[in-house]
Amino acid sequence: MADALITLDALRYDAGDRTLIRDVSLRIEAGRRTLILGPNGAGKSVLMRLMHGLIEPSAGRILWNGGSGRPAQAMVFQRPVMLRRSVLDNVIYALDLAGVPAAARRARALDVLERVGLSALADRPARVLSGGEQQRAALARAWALRPRVLFLDEPTASLDPGAAAEVERLIRVIADEGCSIVMVTHHLGQARRLADDIVFIDAGRITEHTPVDDFFAAPRSAEAGLYLRGELSWT
Amino acid sequence: MSTLTESFITAGGLVLAGDPQLLGIVTLSLQVSLTAVFLASCVGLPIGAAVAVGRFPGRKPLTVILNGLMGLPPVVIGLLVYLLLSRAGPLGSFGLLFTPTAMVIAQVVLITPIVAALSRQIVADAWRDYEEQLRSLGASTPRAAFTLLVDTRFSLSTAVLAGLGRAVAEVGAVMIVGGNIDGVTRVMTTSIALETSKGDLPLALALGFILIAIVLLLNALAHAVREWAVRRHG
Repeated sequence: MADALITLDALRYDAGDRTLIRDVSLRIEAGRRTLILGPNGAGKSVLMRLMHGLIEPSAGRILWNGGSGRPAQAMVFQRPVMLRRSVLDNVIYALDLAGVPAAARRARALDVLERVGLSALADRPARVLSGGEQQRAALARAWALRPRVLFLDEPTASLDPGAAAEVERLIRVIADEGCSIVMVTHHLGQARRLADDIVFIDAGRITEHTPVDDFFAAPRSAEAGLYLRGELSWT
Repeated sequence: MSTLTESFITAGGLVLAGDPQLLGIVTLSLQVSLTAVFLASCVGLPIGAAVAVGRFPGRKPLTVILNGLMGLPPVVIGLLVYLLLSRAGPLGSFGLLFTPTAMVIAQVVLITPIVAALSRQIVADAWRDYEEQLRSLGASTPRAAFTLLVDTRFSLSTAVLAGLGRAVAEVGAVMIVGGNIDGVTRVMTTSIALETSKGDLPLALALGFILIAIVLLLNALAHAVREWAVRRHG
């Protein structure tokens, strides 16, 4: 079997005396769109932050491509954090940190802003953009880094339906370019539309990792079944 | 009552006539305090940002100390700088005592902690919002600190102005290390103290008006800049 993009091996994460992630082992294959579902407080965001390296696991290990090193990666957060400078300069800043040569930054940033439909706003101060535009700018900033894997933490949670649909469309385009997607969502419709695979997490444990169609047809774990019935009754 | 009224009238006259002695004092005051604020900001802002963002042992005690140093008594700072700069002191050979440079040094010591402590608070608040994003982008700690200083620049102007307000209104330190020498180290606050004790209330009062006006003007300016910046940059 080929090496998985990400292999989590008996991962644990403690915050104080609470264990937020317990004994999680998981393989995420390259080129897949993996959506993480689970109730509030299950540890979805924590799990993603562990994978992205924003927090260190208390135990266990994370292997990238079987141990051959961390690939280029980026993360988009629920609330985009735009620096107090122009949209263009926000993207250029990320490219600068990523070590892209100064001469190449501007063209690359303009190109990616064009692709998310923000060319006309490139010189605007990023903080005065609408929520949807800021989230697209955040996607552009992440995309410009040419990540092999893109982490997204409820990227549409604070957006109206139109802006959310646009963000979903962009995520699909980014994935079609060969970038693996790992995304947390609360929105089952979104999970169904975007996912190849579903990872379900409950109380810090992964209860299943299933292709999306199987998951929604007949979840394997009792927890996921309960969650789906509870959630679906609202949709 | 009549003395007060008379003083007010004379004071107004001095201000309106642009009395050269008055102008000289005001100019020196601003020169000394603006120089001190500039130097204190060069040191204080990076310290504030580093303490806000950095992860090193002793960060919490350092924060407490910084906050505590905001209330340094000017006369004590004056005395310490006096001892450093006096002929027998370690820096005596430079001959700085009773010069404007000595006053700048004393004020830098006085207001650097103010700028550092206030900017630490401002940067720490911003860091809570920015931390994950900046670390995700791979920003080193120094780079993150610098980015935050740039991004909170409008709020930081408040910290710098607080330092300026303190510097320009402070009397104890500049009196001791400057010596209040007429035409050399006499600034607004030391003049007010001197003229009051001499009984020349009009000049003291005129200087007092100007001092208050400067402080109010600075704050109005800071307010206007922030309002404009928020509208423009969000």
